[in-house]
Amino acid sequence: MSTMLKFQVDHLSFFYGAKRALTDVTLAIPERQITALIGPSGCGKSTFLRCLNRMNDTIHGTRAEGRVLLDDQDIYAPGTDVVDLRRRVGMVFQRPNPFPQSVFENVAFGPRVLGTTSRSELEGIVEASLRGADLWDEVKDGLKKDALSFSLGQQQRLCIARVIAVKPEVILMDEPCSALDPISTLRVEDLMRELARNYTIVIVTHNMQQASRASDTTAMMMLTDDRKSGTVIEVGETKQVFTKPQDKRTEGYVTGRYG
Amino acid sequence: MNTSSRIRLSEFAVEALVRVAGFSTIGFVLLIFLFLLREGIPVFLQVPLDNLFGTRWYPTFDFFGTLPLILGSLLITFSAIVIALPLGVAAAVFVREVAPNWAREILKPMIEVLAGIPSVVLGFFGMSLVAPLIRTTLGVPTGLTAFTGALILAYMALPTLISVAEDALDSVPKSYRDASLAMGATQWQTIWRVVVPAARSGILTAVMLGMGRAIGETMAVMMVTGNAARMPTTLDSLFRPVRTMTATVAAEMGEVAQGSTHYHALFGIGIILFLITFLINLAAASAIFQKRRRGGLR
Repeated sequence: MSTMLKFQVDHLSFFYGAKRALTDVTLAIPERQITALIGPSGCGKSTFLRCLNRMNDTIHGTRAEGRVLLDDQDIYAPGTDVVDLRRRVGMVFQRPNPFPQSVFENVAFGPRVLGTTSRSELEGIVEASLRGADLWDEVKDGLKKDALSFSLGQQQRLCIARVIAVKPEVILMDEPCSALDPISTLRVEDLMRELARNYTIVIVTHNMQQASRASDTTAMMMLTDDRKSGTVIEVGETKQVFTKPQDKRTEGYVTGRYG
Repeated sequence: MNTSSRIRLSEFAVEALVRVAGFSTIGFVLLIFLFLLREGIPVFLQVPLDNLFGTRWYPTFDFFGTLPLILGSLLITFSAIVIALPLGVAAAVFVREVAPNWAREILKPMIEVLAGIPSVVLGFFGMSLVAPLIRTTLGVPTGLTAFTGALILAYMALPTLISVAEDALDSVPKSYRDASLAMGATQWQTIWRVVVPAARSGILTAVMLGMGRAIGETMAVMMVTGNAARMPTTLDSLFRPVRTMTATVAAEMGEVAQGSTHYHALFGIGIILFLITFLINLAAASAIFQKRRRGGLR
């Protein structure tokens, strides 16, 4: 299977102040596929994910070493437009975080900050995005309702709609289902499959079934031997990682004996 | 006497003391309130209402029209808020969202110190510096105007407004900021479109508290507003002298005959002022309550 690579992460290390959180992560993320990051808690999965759109920049005193190439451009190179980077690489967070505004305002937020002002154009984008997030039928009669009045599963799909409204190239998902019930979780997974036709998706998950069900590529992260920072110990096609893991530690983790 | 009974005795004494202190505080507040009512109510019975809410305040000729005083207070209070709101919100945004950590550590205590400047000092400052400046730059006959009062009041309301608004901004969940930034919004877009609107009810509370402070302020206002009890109904009223409710009470209470209608009228003004402040505080409290209830949903 030959696929284009969206991200190429090259010997990335990351620091919170003096504390090293990631060591020497090297990973290729294929375009228009779902890549899952798995591994025990505290091994740097979320930190790594947040390196891909430089969300860690919002935390004071953080620093990255190494290169992260997005379409062959190093996003940590000096002079990178971080705002534009984040438009291209959107993010869905662990807890649904819609703004305390109406459904419409939530989805229209991104297009608005990018300069769309025409009401009809916004309406078109909102409908398309909500359809894209498989939410339109549930909210079309309540676009003016407060986003926080919907269920958590609906809120999370609203957050996905909000992200696709700015037409990113990549969607990062940081344990998007950890606050959701099993049925909502399945709906989000179906949605991810649907979205992977047009978007590159990187998802952090603690749920092994989710990784094996929903992803194409799986990267296993672990603490380094000195147990001070995280790194990627194995990457491969999801099926292979789950059925014939190369690394003993991966085998232990995916079979539930470890971590 | 053994140790345990001694402990019990001291426990009882402390408890009793705390209880007396607590109840007497409530008692004093109630007594003051009753006193205000006892001294103020008669004016509403002695003076016909069309006189009492008329447009002329000449107590020596039995004209007790409080309207110019009420409007005077409202005019400078609202003008003060119009001046203080944008400045205060901008300052709060700067302190909370923009300033580097070291600057925030310096600015926050400085803003709180500002709240402690005695109002007579601000009044003196307004009288000797702001008023002449207004007279010369605006070319008005006197610098002691409603606008001067509004400026000084805005200055007085700012520390409270900034502190409370800053707390409101601080309590906006980080997840809102993250969501906005992760969609490619700039820092400014995030602040103006997400953080400030989410802190709306807190900012409203800040405004109400600032207003409560401004409308009850006496000394500084009396020193800079000229104290002419004219109806502020013309367009240029903002740049003419006015007289507020508080300044009227403060200026006239000293020379009024105790028990006269004028004396009761001054307490009547106190009642009106109390009602207005009470309504403002009520509005502020209900805004806080709404925010809590909303927060409870999540």
